[in-house]
Amino acid sequence: MLKKSGVLPGFGLTLGYTVTYLGLLVLLPLSALFIKTSGLDLDGFVSAVTSERALAAYKLTFTASLGAAAVNAFFGLIVAWVLVRYSFPGRSICDGLVDLPFALPTAVAGIALTTVYAQSGAVGQYLEPLGIKVAFSELGVMTALTFIGIPFVVRTVQPVLEELDNDVEEAAAVLGAGRWYTFRRVIFPAVLPALLTGFALAFARALGEYGSVVFISGNMPLKTEIVPLLIVTKLEQYDYAGATALATVMLTASFLVLFAVNLLQRWARRSVLS
Amino acid sequence: MSGIVGHLGGPAQGPRGEATNEAPWVRFLLIAVALAFLGLVLVLPLAVVFGSAFAKGLGPFFEALSDSYTFSAIKLTLLVAAVAVPTNLVFGLGAAWLLAKYKFWGRSVLITLIDLPFSVSPVISGLIFVLLFGAHGWFGPALAAQDIKVIFAVPGIVLATCFITFPIVAREVLAVMEAQGSDEEEAALTLGASGWQILTRITLPNIKWGVLYGVILCNARAMGEFGAVSVVSGHIRGETNTMPLHVEILYNEYNFVGAFAVSSLLALLALFTLLLKKGLELLSQRAPKSEPLPTPVETIVAETPVTQVITS
Repeated sequence: MLKKSGVLPGFGLTLGYTVTYLGLLVLLPLSALFIKTSGLDLDGFVSAVTSERALAAYKLTFTASLGAAAVNAFFGLIVAWVLVRYSFPGRSICDGLVDLPFALPTAVAGIALTTVYAQSGAVGQYLEPLGIKVAFSELGVMTALTFIGIPFVVRTVQPVLEELDNDVEEAAAVLGAGRWYTFRRVIFPAVLPALLTGFALAFARALGEYGSVVFISGNMPLKTEIVPLLIVTKLEQYDYAGATALATVMLTASFLVLFAVNLLQRWARRSVLS
Repeated sequence: MSGIVGHLGGPAQGPRGEATNEAPWVRFLLIAVALAFLGLVLVLPLAVVFGSAFAKGLGPFFEALSDSYTFSAIKLTLLVAAVAVPTNLVFGLGAAWLLAKYKFWGRSVLITLIDLPFSVSPVISGLIFVLLFGAHGWFGPALAAQDIKVIFAVPGIVLATCFITFPIVAREVLAVMEAQGSDEEEAALTLGASGWQILTRITLPNIKWGVLYGVILCNARAMGEFGAVSVVSGHIRGETNTMPLHVEILYNEYNFVGAFAVSSLLALLALFTLLLKKGLELLSQRAPKSEPLPTPVETIVAETPVTQVITS
């Protein structure tokens, strides 16, 4: 029996409506994936999710997502720091642009990044003589995943930096700590939980990304093929069982990451309270 | 130009003493690194979209946009958004009312479930509807017998888009409703107002900017969705091609001006969305109870203990 507190009218109506719509649009389709998977025969499932091509795709997807999340953690911290602490011309524009990957369609981001980092592109032409190939390589996959992950780290770290008490830093300075020492021992530990959360959220988002990656990656099987692309390829070949099996693996992986985020936050809360 | 300098998202920190500030060269270096990073990864691609769209001048740009396939892609995209956004708006208002006004058993589970589509890969979001309505899906044969096409047709595109954008309005409205509190609504109730009167005369006027931002963001995502729509659409030119799918086709045909011309429309929509966020933040800051408008990332983060504990 549901117990509610709150005196305003409309509880039954909104509860019924929310649960029905959620059930029909989200829960029913998602359960279809797991039920279809449980109907696959085990050998077929195992061979679909452990084929050489699938293993190569997992490896690329996970390493590129980790790499992109790490790049975002490093630069995202700097961007958040600069946006909160310093004033410089164009700061508000930069602050607004951080949300761009959220609003810009991934296909548009994909073709734009490919154009910028291709051999003849605005940046690619300078990297080419150095022997660095970004577009149509693993590095390109990572670049696209970096693009879509930017808001996560910046927007998680920013509020924490904003609320950080200046007194603590003053106290550190009075006690003779230099700025770098204060950063390492006072500021960084306070920001770390948020930074890790942003890192994990960017990683989770990168695992499933499709639109921005397919253009820049070149899509070579065993080399630059990410898991979502492999799922689409299997669908185009009418291999529904294979696509469903891979989708289950990826969905489980992203749920595990989100579970880790929750644990991380519980740990963070305890470490802040103590 | 104070809007450009001031930080709308949160309070800008005042000038710091020398002891708690970095040396000028460190500050300069960090700003340079941040700007270089944002420039290389965000600004340059955005500039390339418009640069490439007009690479051959205005003529080819407008020619690309007036193509009949482009026209039908724009029409389909508008149609999909016209269905997906209002449906999610109604759901968002209902769900936010439920979650903001009552405390009940299972509330946090419900929030987690509403967030689910955020963590599902777009490709998988399309796949699940193929599993339901495709030729070999649960309801596929029954629908085929009735001559109803869902997959590789417009209904599938609408469904996948609704799924992808499902949490956006609910999350946005929940955040502003919670910030607003229920005092005014409860006062209205004691004065004898009906539920409908409370909603339309008290709640909605109070949260209108948050609702508007949720709608605009949901609209941008609905019009721009690629992965999920790509799986269910079948890419039939003139019939099931949305704007992002049309961009892909043009690009793969090496029609770069055309691809970037259509992209530039979508990029303008994205820039408009960001600008509106800034504008609405400015508006809601003037209101007595001001809360910066959170992005979905920020609402997910705010929901979680880390920032709550640290910022309180």
